[in-house]
This record gives sequence, structure tokens and C-alpha cells, in this order.
Amino acid sequence: MTAAGTVRTPAPRTMSPRNVELGLLLLAFVVTLSASALTALGRTADLPVDFVPFLATLLGLLVAAHMAVRRLAPMANPVLLPLVAILNGLGYVMIARLDPDLAANQAAWAFLGVVGFTAGLVVIRDPRRLEPYRYTLALLGVLLLLLPLLPRVGVSINGARIWLRVGGFSIQPGEFAKVTLAVFLASFLVEKRALLRASTRRVGPVHLPDAKHFGPMLLALGVAMMIMLAQRDLGSSLLFFTLFISMLYMATERVAFVAVGLSSFAIAAVVAWRRFDHVQRRVDIWIDPFADAKNAGFQIAEAAFALADGSISGTGLGLGTPAKVPFAATDMIFAAIGEELGLLGASAVLAAFVLLCATGFRIATNAASDFESLLAAGLTALLGFQAFVIIGGVIRVLPLTGVTLPFVSYGGSSLLANYAILGLLLRISDRGERPA
Amino acid sequence: MNRGMRHVALVVFGCFGLLFVQLNRIQVFQAEELRAHPENTRTVQRDFERPRGRIVTADGVVVAESQEVEGSFDRLRTYPEGDLYAHSAGWFSFNLGADGVERAWNDQLAGRTPGLQLSGIAGVLDDRAEVGDVVLHLDHDLQAAARDALGDRAGAVVLMDPNDGAIKALWGYPSFDPNELAGFSGTEVNEAYTALLETTGNPLRAPAHREVYFPGSTFKVVTAAAALESGRVTLDEPIFDVVTGYTPRFTDRELTNFGGRPCGGPLIDLLRQSCNAGFAEIGAEIVGADGLVITAERFGFNDIPPIDLPGAVASVMPTDFGIELEPPTDELPAGVVSDVPRLAQASIGQNDVSATPLQMALVAAAVANDGEVPVPRVVDRVLDARGRSVESTNRRVWRRAVAPDVAEQLRTAMVATVADGTGRVLVRDGFEVGAKTGTAQLGTDPARSHAWIIAFSGPVGGSAEWVVAVFVEGLDGSGDATGGGVAGPIAAAMLDAAAAS
Repeated sequence: MTAAGTVRTPAPRTMSPRNVELGLLLLAFVVTLSASALTALGRTADLPVDFVPFLATLLGLLVAAHMAVRRLAPMANPVLLPLVAILNGLGYVMIARLDPDLAANQAAWAFLGVVGFTAGLVVIRDPRRLEPYRYTLALLGVLLLLLPLLPRVGVSINGARIWLRVGGFSIQPGEFAKVTLAVFLASFLVEKRALLRASTRRVGPVHLPDAKHFGPMLLALGVAMMIMLAQRDLGSSLLFFTLFISMLYMATERVAFVAVGLSSFAIAAVVAWRRFDHVQRRVDIWIDPFADAKNAGFQIAEAAFALADGSISGTGLGLGTPAKVPFAATDMIFAAIGEELGLLGASAVLAAFVLLCATGFRIATNAASDFESLLAAGLTALLGFQAFVIIGGVIRVLPLTGVTLPFVSYGGSSLLANYAILGLLLRISDRGERPA
Repeated sequence: MNRGMRHVALVVFGCFGLLFVQLNRIQVFQAEELRAHPENTRTVQRDFERPRGRIVTADGVVVAESQEVEGSFDRLRTYPEGDLYAHSAGWFSFNLGADGVERAWNDQLAGRTPGLQLSGIAGVLDDRAEVGDVVLHLDHDLQAAARDALGDRAGAVVLMDPNDGAIKALWGYPSFDPNELAGFSGTEVNEAYTALLETTGNPLRAPAHREVYFPGSTFKVVTAAAALESGRVTLDEPIFDVVTGYTPRFTDRELTNFGGRPCGGPLIDLLRQSCNAGFAEIGAEIVGADGLVITAERFGFNDIPPIDLPGAVASVMPTDFGIELEPPTDELPAGVVSDVPRLAQASIGQNDVSATPLQMALVAAAVANDGEVPVPRVVDRVLDARGRSVESTNRRVWRRAVAPDVAEQLRTAMVATVADGTGRVLVRDGFEVGAKTGTAQLGTDPARSHAWIIAFSGPVGGSAEWVVAVFVEGLDGSGDATGGGVAGPIAAAMLDAAAAS
């Protein structure tokens, strides 16, 4: 007889989520480091002088973030942080390649982002404790949006008045407003869900609930949208509206709201297109950027040329000419990635965002409370749609509206706000995974 | 709530799917088209930033080189010889593109050909850039001789080796300084370009291979070739009447000889004295429309010469001379076509016949080269960074114009033209020179004409070593502007310079 029974199947060992995260972070570290080295080699055939400090800083940041999650949210999803690390790392490499001065700032912002998200994990042990402050948060969001309209401190850059100039820094308060407004919406919608699902009125073929239940929400939405449109911030208003519609739909699961929302959006879009030159110009450029490729369509035409240069495998890091595209480090960073890393690299970025969203929605599904669930889903949708709006703008799926590519584009406010979203998602995930 | 979240998630993923599809369209399916888009300056810019090979003459004079500079770009393309090679080596401009060898041999100069890339891999350990140096057939002394000989008369000079088509000199006046188009400032370059376009005579034209002119009597070589090919005419028979003019059928307008002089005799004498009457009769009544068109096209007319420069144009031989009214007979071997007056004019290089100086050089080359038209080449070979030849031109024959025995007879007739005819100015001790002059009258009020000469030269008893075509444009008057008087001395200077080199 053979030694039946002596062969034991080893008990399935589940790796702790934190060790998985550590492994994945190591991978992100290696990828970012190699990308940085390759860029430098491609450009000057030499490693940059600050390569070792860069290596140390990167490693330090990743370890710090990891330790923070290990201590403060040990059960949180292990994929989220590495995904953010690789997007942020890749973005940093491209920014450094385009403009070393911007890169130093971006590194500082990333550091603040990690500090901020650690602080958030310390302070917010239970996101539900944000709920009592929902109207305060809504008001805060509106105030943040209003700040750039103040004289002296508020400044207009590239036609949109959405910036605050404080000291030497430009801050975009609207980035934070999106987060506070998302918290408000999540809290408000979860409370009024039942009321909003009940139909008491009939308008044409659509059954709608009593308008009074919409009141505060519509007020917040209306005010926010008005401010953004007054600031000519088409991207943010589009994004905020999408966030609102998707959260409303997730809370109520009523297609009628989406129908009403989309039709009012369509009407607003047509009116805006008719009334405003700057909207019309964007649409014209979107339809045919090559008609005036030297002037109006320059940015989009150059982005297309950059992507075409990249083709499938890219020109290679440091070997393309991504700086030809205006705003290559901010709005147009996806074109720079597509040029030097090709379809493969650009698709990897798309895949990272898809994974990020999938993870976010999973966290939402497993959340410990309805509020956290809706908040996680809302924030995830916000990240996903923001990436879609800007990438789509760059590659002509949509007219270009200037928003940042989350975690990738240059921009301190955007990075900080997105790290805040990351903190919230990790916190919600951690609570959702804990045994009840 | 989960169902709603699932739906929103699906919408988000759908959006990313859309992005992925569009990304594939741009980066894969439309990539080629976008790279070639006229508004796309990336390729040019890349070429500007990268090292670029030199263009040097056969005797080692640098015609174009890239110098490292401080400025908007890392390198500036410079042309040390100024206007001398503007129509051949051309220019390389950031906003206007490129022309000449700079354009036709761009891949070699930029190091993008497989041969250069292989040699780049082999040399990966040393720092030399894997770009190619392009070596021209053009000879600096001969090119300078052409410029000096033509002086400030608008026109062109082409000197080539009839055996392999190697072009030793290619000069057109007026010319321009390509450095003006190679600068970094798009505005300045555009202004310079516009100024050139508006300059009298347009220096950008490159008359040697991009412009056609009435070839006048030099075309009689083609008519003579057609006559000999027909088998009904030899150098000695028949004897054409000594007349002052010829009046084709269906018209009263007489085609008179130059200056109304009487002239005639066998074909060799017709060519020697450039008799209009005799050649008009040959074209109209012996060779006929088909014979003349076929022979002209065998020499290269109505086709773009395969020269390794961009923008060369085809010389023109009209092909439609109306319907055939009477079939050929023994007395009238060409038959009668309805447009016989035009055919008679075309036979002496008038009417709608027009040719580039390059094409006329090829006519002479075919005569000198046993009837074969060589492929005209400006570039000899491409060298890699270590000076090894990675590419050289080896295709030599473009087409056969006439049978070898016909070529031999034409050669004899052209030699006679120099020995005792309109080409006497080309008589050279120790050399056998053949030529045909031409004066193409452009009108009588005011009288203007082009002066032409095509010639070949070689040691006595040997094969021809050089062919030259000289064209001087639109001179005032028609009397003393005969090819022999104006173009002849220029050709003589070129043959002397070639013999000395």
C-alpha cells in the first residue's frame, strides 16, 4: 500500500491583506523607479544626479503610507494603495520628464497627500460621524467654490476663474468642494431614500416624488452648478452633475431620475452651445481639431499627433517630444503617456483606473452602513468619471474640458483631494471587512 | 442600492471601454494617417533635433552640414557654399519642409535606412551617430565653372557622364542661398521664402530639371533620329532641295530657314546647318506623327526622368496631330494627318514641344552612349559614420532611345556640326566633340529667343566622357542669340573645365 493519508493538502493560507499590499507596493516601486531611470537614460544616456534621493523619497513615502494603513486600517482593501502609488508614480515620472520644477512641487504635494490621508485615517475612525455635519459640509463646499471669485486672492488661469493665489501657491478649492459635496449628497440621499422613491406626483409619463424632499439637494446642486458655470469651469460642472445623477440613481434605483437628469443636461448643453462662444469653440474643436490645427485646435491636434507617434509600443520614455502638446503635465498628461509608452502603456493606465473603480465599487458593496456604501460608490464614480472626462477630452471622445487626471496630472489641490478620497475609501473598506 | 451601484459601475466600465476603442483608433488604425498629416511637424522636428549627415561633393567639398548651436533647436543646418547647390542639394527647413537631396535622401541623412541602422547597431559602443553622409556626383570645380560661365544670365547648365548618368554639374540662374530657409524663426523663413518667390526670375525654380522651354533646333536631333530609325533616310540620302523655306499642306504659312538662308542637302548637311525646311519636311512627310512621337518618347519625352531629385518634370512632345487623312504610300511614307502644319513645326522643336535642359542633356547622352539613355543621378553613394559605403547607385540605363547604328550616325552628324557647322565654337584640340545648337524664337514683338546647345565630348577615337546641355533663357533679339553664339561659349567653358578636372 502506498502511504495514503500521509499526503496532506496544506491548509489554504490566506495572505494578510497588508502583506499583499506590501508586495504590490514593492511592484509599484520597481515600476516607478525603472520608468524614472529609463526616462533619464532616454534623454541624456545617464542617470540623473538626484536618482538616489529620488529612490529614497519614493521608498519612504510608500513605506510611510503602507505603515499608516497597517496601523490605522489593517483590514482595508490591499489593491487600492498600490494602484494609487503606480498612477501617482507614473504621473510623477512624466511630469519630471516634462518640467523638473513642477516635479519637485508634485513630490511635495504627494508627501502632503500621504500626510493628509494618514491624518484622515487617524481622525475619521467612523465616517458616519461626518453625517451630522452634512449641511455644514455642503455649505463649506459652496464656500470653497466661491472663494476664487473673491477679489485679490482669486485668479483666473486659462479662462477659468477657479484658482486661489495664496503666497506662492495656486490652490483650486473646487477640488475639495467635490469631496465635501459628495459627503453631503451621500448623507442626504441615504436619509431621504424612501421618500424619494415614493412617487406622489405625475409629470407627463414620469412619476416624481414631492418636490419638497428635493429642496436642499437641488439648492446645493443649483448653487454649485451656477458657480462653476460662472467660473467657466465646464469640466467640474459636468463632473459634479454626473456625480449627482449617479448618486441619486444609486440611492433610489429610479431610472426616471436619470432620464430627467440627462434630458435637462441635454437642454442645458444645447443652450450653452448656442449662447456661449467658448462652449461652441470647444465643440468645434472636438468635431474637427485639424480645421484650425495651428491655433484653436492646436492642443487636440498635437495630442493626436503625439499618440500617433507613440503607436503601439510608444517612442520610449524620454525619447518622444511630449512637450509639444500644450499643458502636457496637467490636462494633457495622458497624451504624453500615450506618446512615450504607446497604446500598451496608455491601456495600462486605463486598466489601472478600471481596477481602481472596480475595487471602489466592491468596497461600496461591502460597506458597513448605507451611508458609507453610497459615499464609497459616489467617490469611486467621481474618480472614474473624472478620468473618463479628461482622457476622453484628450482623445476626442468628448469635447475637452480641463480637469485633472486623478493622481496622474500635475496639481496639488487635485492630488490632496484625491488622497482624501483614498483615505475615505480605505477607512470604509477597513470597517466593511471587520467582523460585525 | 447594490443594483444601482452595479449599473453605475457598468456605465463607468463602458466609458473606459469607449476610451480603449478610441485609443486603438488613434494609435493604431489612424496612426499612419496622422503621422503623415500636413499639420504634423513632429517628424520634421525630430529630424531637426537629431544629428543629420553631411552632403559632400565628389571632390570632398561640404555642401550641407548640421552644426550644434544654442537656440530653439539643438542643431542648425548650414550650407557653406551658399547658392551654388540650392537646386541640387536643396534645403532643409523646419517650417517649409525640405527640397533637393535633403528631401529625396532624407532617410539616409537622418539615418533611417536599414543599412544605416544595421551599421548603427554594430557601432553601438562608440558615440558616433548612425547617420549617413551623402556623396554627390557633383564636382565642386565644375559646378563653380558652370556658375562662372553662365554669369548673370537666366538659364541652366547640366554636365553629365553619358555612360552612367552621373551628373557632374547642375546649375541654374538665378539661384538663392538655402541658409535663408534653414533658420529657426518660422516668420523670418517664411518672409525669405515669399521674397524669393517675388524675386524676378524666381530663384526657387530650378530651371535645369523643373522647367520646360521650347527646345528649338536642338530637337532636330530627335527628328533626325526618327528619320534614321524609319529606314527611309540615311546620313547621305535622300538629298533634300536647297530651299529657303517649307510650306506644309493645308496652310499658307511657310516655315523659313534661319535668316531666310537657302539650305538643303542630305541629312548630315541638314543637321550641320540646322535647316528648318528640310527637318519640317522630314517630320511631316517621311517620319510622320507616330514616328516622331514614338522616337521622342523613347528619348524620355512625356515621362519624368528618374533623377534622384524631387520635383523633376516631364518634357512635352504633343501626341495628337489630328486624324489620318491619307494612308502612307511609297511617295509619302508618313501619310497625311489633318494637323500637318503643327507636325511640321514640332519637327523643328517649335509649337507645343518643350523640354527641360536635363532632358536635352539626356538626348545628347543617348547619342553618345550607343543609343541608351542613362538614369540621371546626382547622388553617388551613402557613407556610414565610419566612412563605409552602405548604399550606392547601380541602375544605369533608363531606356533605349535608338538602335546603336542610328546612334553612331547621329554621332557622326553632330561631330560634323562642330567640325563644319553651327557648333564650331566647340572645336577642341585632342577631343572629338559633337553638338547641336538651338535658337527658339519666342515672338517677334519684341523679338526674344532662348539659346541652346547640347554637346558631347571625349578623346578622339574613344567614347564620349561628358555631355553638356546649356540653356539661356529669353534673350532680347533673335539675330545674334543663336545657340552657337551665346550658349556655345558656355558649353565650351564647361568642356574645358571637365577636361581639366
